[in-house]
Order: sequence, then C-alpha cells, then structure tokens
Amino acid sequence: MDNIAGRKSGLSWAVNLSVVLLVTLWLFPTVGLLVSSFRTADQIAASGWWKALFPSEQVVQLRTGGAEAATQEGDLWVVEGNLLEEAEEGPEPGTEITRFGVSSKAVDAYAVGEVASFTKDTKTFTMDAAGNYRFTSTKELKKRGQRVFITATLPPEFTLANYDQVLLSGNSNDSMTKAFLNTLTVTIPATIIPIVIAAFAAYALAWMEFPGRALLIAAVVGLLVVPLQLALIPLLKLHLNIGIGKGYLGVWLAHTGFGLPLAIYLLRNYMSGLPRDIIENAKVDGATDFQIFTKIILPLSFPALASFAIFQFLWTWNDLLVAKVFLIDSTGNTTVMTNQIVELLGTRGGNWEILATAAFVSISVPLLVFFAMQRYLVRGLLAGSVK
Amino acid sequence: MSPALLGLVTIVVGVGGCLGYFYLSNLFLDKVLFPARGPNAGRNINRANMVRPWLFLGPGIVALGLYLGYPVFETLRLSLTDRTQDDAFVGLANYQQMFAEPKFWEAMRNNMLWLIVVPAASTAFGLLAAQLTDRIKWGSIAKSLIFMPMAISFVGASVIFKLVYDARPAGNEQIGILNAVWMQFDGGFGSILFLKLAPVLILAAFAAIVAYVGWLLLRPILGGKDNFALKALRAVSGLVSLYFAMIALRNIFDIIGMDFPYGQPQTWLTLPFYNNFFLMVVLIWIQTGFAMVILSAALRGIPEETVEAAIVDGANPFQIFFKIKVPQIMPTIVVVWTTITLVVLKVFDIVFAMTNGQWETQVLANYMYDKLFRANDWGVGSASAIIIMLLVSPILIWNVVQARKEMR
Repeated sequence: MDNIAGRKSGLSWAVNLSVVLLVTLWLFPTVGLLVSSFRTADQIAASGWWKALFPSEQVVQLRTGGAEAATQEGDLWVVEGNLLEEAEEGPEPGTEITRFGVSSKAVDAYAVGEVASFTKDTKTFTMDAAGNYRFTSTKELKKRGQRVFITATLPPEFTLANYDQVLLSGNSNDSMTKAFLNTLTVTIPATIIPIVIAAFAAYALAWMEFPGRALLIAAVVGLLVVPLQLALIPLLKLHLNIGIGKGYLGVWLAHTGFGLPLAIYLLRNYMSGLPRDIIENAKVDGATDFQIFTKIILPLSFPALASFAIFQFLWTWNDLLVAKVFLIDSTGNTTVMTNQIVELLGTRGGNWEILATAAFVSISVPLLVFFAMQRYLVRGLLAGSVK
Repeated sequence: MSPALLGLVTIVVGVGGCLGYFYLSNLFLDKVLFPARGPNAGRNINRANMVRPWLFLGPGIVALGLYLGYPVFETLRLSLTDRTQDDAFVGLANYQQMFAEPKFWEAMRNNMLWLIVVPAASTAFGLLAAQLTDRIKWGSIAKSLIFMPMAISFVGASVIFKLVYDARPAGNEQIGILNAVWMQFDGGFGSILFLKLAPVLILAAFAAIVAYVGWLLLRPILGGKDNFALKALRAVSGLVSLYFAMIALRNIFDIIGMDFPYGQPQTWLTLPFYNNFFLMVVLIWIQTGFAMVILSAALRGIPEETVEAAIVDGANPFQIFFKIKVPQIMPTIVVVWTTITLVVLKVFDIVFAMTNGQWETQVLANYMYDKLFRANDWGVGSASAIIIMLLVSPILIWNVVQARKEMR
C-alpha cells in the first residue's frame, strides 16, 4: 500500500526478513518433533535434533571379532580385521575415524594409531582411521568380541523404526493403532450429527417468522461462551442415571451438545445472508419449507457447512477433557490418542522417539485436513468472529 | 459390537433419524393435523406455519437445553450442596472451603496472569504478522504456516514444547533448544545484551504503554462530564493499569539485580512463577495464527482512501499503522481479544499435560478437574466451575447485547 503514491518502501527487505524470522520461530518447534520422530533413541539422546540435519561428529559402539575369529601367534591370541566392514549396521566402510576408546567411561580416549591399554593389562588394542584394527590378548578370548567406541563424522541418518513401533508393533503400551481408530470413531459421528440438527434450527432462525425468535438467537449467542466445564458433572450424572454410562454414545451426545451453539450461530449467519428472492420464488411456486430447506438452502450453504465441519472435526479430534470425562472408563479400551499421549508423557517421559512419533501420528490428520481445507476454515473463522 | 460398526450405525441412525423426524413431522403437520384443503384451508396453513418453526428447532433446543442450559443451574445447585451429606444444602460452605485453600488462590493468580498475557501477546503477534505478511509476495504461504498450530491439539503442542524445554544434566549434550541456547550464554557482553538489556527495554516499553493507557483512562475524571458509574469504571481500570505499570517497573529492578545461573541447564517447567510463562508460550503459539487471520481480513477491509490521504499528508509507515489502521480495526481487535480470553479461561489440556498444576502452575480449569475427578469433591469442584462461569459472564452479556443491537 505504501507505493500508492509512487514510492517504494525502503522497509521492504526488513519486512521480508522479519516474516522469515517469524515463520521460522513458529515452525521450529513442530519441525523439531517431526525430525525427532525419524531418529533413534540413541541419536536423540546424543545430539539436538537441529544437528541431525547436518553431518555431525558422533560416537558409535562396535565390536571386534570374537573367539572364533582369533588366531594364535605364540602366547598371544590375535584378532585382526576392519571394524566398519564387519559391522552389520553402523557407519559405512570408508568413513574416517578420528578417535576411539575401549571403555564407556572414556569413549574418545585415544587418537587413531595409538595403542589402548586395559585395566587388567593382558590386552592391547589399536586401530587406524579406516577401521583396520589389531586386538591382542594373553588369555583365551571370550566368545563375544571387544567393545570399541569410535568417533567419526557421520552423514545424517533417519529411520522409520519409530513409526513401525508406534503403528504396527502391536505393543500394548506404545501402539497407537487402537487409539487412532477410537479417535476416529468418536470424531465422525460427533461431527456429522450436530450439523444435521443445527442446519434445521439455523434455517428456522434465519427464515421463519415466529414469536421469540430474537430471544432464541440471543440465547444461542449466550450459550456460545458457556464453559463446558460447567456441564461435566451434571451430564455425567445424567448419563449414569439414564444408563448410557461412559462410552461412545455419551461422548457423541456431549460433543453434539457442545458443538451446537457454534453450528447454529455460523449457519444462521450464513443462511440469513442468502438472497430472499430465491426463497420467496420457491414459496410462490408452492414449495414447502421442507423442500426449500433440502433443495435450496442446504446446497447453497455448503461453504458454511464445510467450515463448521472442519471446526468440529478439529475440536473433537484434539479434545482431551470431554473424552476423559464421558468416554474413557477404567478398562482403558476406549482410550483416544490425546489421552494416550498424556499417559505416555507420564510413563515414558524420557523416550522421546516414542513420544514424538505418537504425537506426530495424532497431529498429522488434523494437519492434513487443515492444509486441504484451509479456505473453508478461514471463511468460518471470519463468519464466526468479525461483526 | 465393534466400536467402528457402532459408529457407523450411530451415524446412520442419528442422521437418518434426524432427517426422518424432520420429514415425517412436517408431513404429519401438513397432511394430517392441519391439511391445506377443505373448508378451513387458509386457517390450517397459518396454524401449520405457526407450529413448523418449533419442529425445525425442536432437536436443537432440546440438545442445547439439556447439554448447556440445564448444567449451568445444576452446577449452581451442586456447588451449594454436599455430596457426602446426601446432597444436603450447605449454603456457601463449599465456597468458603475453596477460598481457604492456597491452591485456589494460586490458580486465580495464574489465571489472571494468563488472562492478561496470552490475549495481549497473541493479538500483538497476530497484528504484527498480519501487517507484515500483507505486504509481501509469499505472504499467503507465511500466513498458512503461522496459522498451522491452530490445527494441532493442545496435547500435541504440549509434547512439542516439552521437547523445546527439555533439560539434560550439565555436561551432557542439551537436546532441548531452549537449554541449548541458554548454555551459550556465559555472562559476557552478549548475555548482558540479551538477558538484561533486552528484557529491561521490553518491560520498560510495556510499563510506558500501560501507564499511558492508565493516564488516558484517568484524565477525563477530572473533567467531570461523565456520570458516576462511568467515572468509577474509569478509575478502577485506570488504577489497575497503573498497578501493572508499577509491577513492570519493579521487575526491571529485579532483572538488573538478578544473578543468572550461567552454564547450568534449567528445568524451565519447575521454576516457580516463570514456568507459567513457559506454559503460556504454548497457547500464544497456537492462538497467534487465529488473531492474524482475522486481523488480516480486517486490515484489508480498511478503505484505501484513508491510507492514501495519510500518505499524501506525509505520514510515515508507523504513523499510518498506529494512527490510521489500528483505530479503524479496533472493533475487530476487541473481538479477537475476547475470543482468546474465552479460550484462556477454559485452558486445561496444556497445564494438565505439561505440569499438572505442580510447581505453582495451577489454573482454574485444572483445579476444577482435580477437585471433581481426583478428590471427588463435587461441591468444591462445582464451586470453581461457577467461578469460571462468573469470569466468562461479562463477555457473555456483552456478546448478547452486541447481537441484539445488530438484529435491530
């Protein structure tokens, strides 16, 4: 807008730079979680995730050959070979090793070429930068080889093992599959049912004349802000009394009730903006209200229906409180993802690989919906707030 | 029955039931009860049209009444009774018990902090982001990325930020970014610049703004044109502003005099008082996108002539923003502010997942959950729910008044 008067703003580069900074700041935490979900537990513990994107100096534990690989040279048992080539997993052969160590207490005690000493003084170990080693001992060797820690600059490495563990392993603690399905089971009816009920009510409030209409609209606006915390105990009592108890039906009903004010409000605002002519013409042609509603109003209101559907979907998918109160019983069979993540935070607070993956599985669906339907979400937000 | 099948059946029964109800009840009304033919056709049509709205509204009204209307009164009743004494009426005993608990006052204090900091910061960041992204080519991509946290659950965001705040013992590599940055500070020039000078300047700016607002509020009292109620309101809000300015000034001295534990990793979430702000960051991170989207639409709705006139008159970009644009979108800013305030009052998941109210981070919603479902004390739990309701009600009344004004 600044160049309206024919003057280009000199602040342009500063604006670009600040936006880059702002976006980076906002993305950084989420990217951290995403990157961590592709790293092994050791990698996460060894370095910050921001270092995972670049080659970094890392310590890797490998083993020499064991007793069966040993040859006897006089009094000595000797194992020779190449650590990198023998290892089944770990750094690629050809990686340059800078330091090594033989004890977990001093993983980088020696430079390559030096000879490592052991506490019992019966063994020696040395290696070069390419991983060729010579391990000697005056006693017969054990079946397993000697532990060696090497320090080398390794390229970034990512794994899908965490997703395998969280989605496919069936491990009762970590598996999110059941929680994922449960969440879906809660979400879909809880999104569809309020739309149907609200659409009819919104039509009546927008296009029918009857006494008390203004009062009802005001009531809906008021209920819009009533905190759902108030409803927890009375409704739980009600559900227990009428036999619904804790379960899917209860949580569907609760989400329907809590979503209705916004649904009615959004849809009414949208419907009352539709052109009066269409509706009056249809009436003159002899259409009943029911026909007008299903054949004219509903198709025309699609944008508003879509915005509310997204809101309600995000809200029910991300909800923790309503599920905890109305759904999850002591058996835990009906747990939802948000609840399971909170439990993981308690029991596996340090296992970032599982936590990050589980959290990312749970936020991936809303993110997909968000990016696919952002237009409707924005439209709904604007209709719901700007007056 | 498997839950998925049950879900499907519920969708079919629910949606089909609703449609069937609407269709059949309308049919019944038009064909059986008040048929639009015969000697009374005209009267019948009118009668049917009087009844029909209530058929359309029926399920909605029942659901709203049962799930939001009734609980308000039932909670009020529960807050005045004691469950252990067979629901006997105990007057305000629950409230007395609650007011005697330090944990409740801690929750109140924290909620007030949240109420000031989160809406203010979210709106400010949102306004900044809206204004900046509107001027660049890739603005819509930037907007969509800043808006993205809206889709992330509070629980997911809590995990994300737990990783940010993670702390490892000194000597180990830090995997939380905040500690990794913190360990870079060693008490040298950079540390003084970022940890002393920058916060002092920010606090000083805050104090100046708040004091100025307070002065603006208080000044007209001396003029004596307003009625008494308005004067009282001005006096109270003006004095509150001045109080915050004073707190900010006091914190400036605290920061200058503080010895930072350089080189020691901090467990951020266990630092009393400051950990509240680390929790608030999560909600600010989520809500900024919301504020940005709405304010950006409002900024675009500003008539261009006003801005052009200002440019012709020689206003600089800052003057245009603060003196031309902001005053014109003030109503929208108020709406954004109140909407975020409502979110803050109900904030539960973040505190529950990150600290569960330990280390002096309790908030009302989590306090209530604690009372209801851990202590099983329905009386005090309901009483704290009523407190939340009371805090919400000014916004509720304002919204209703606003909506009624619009309809006239």
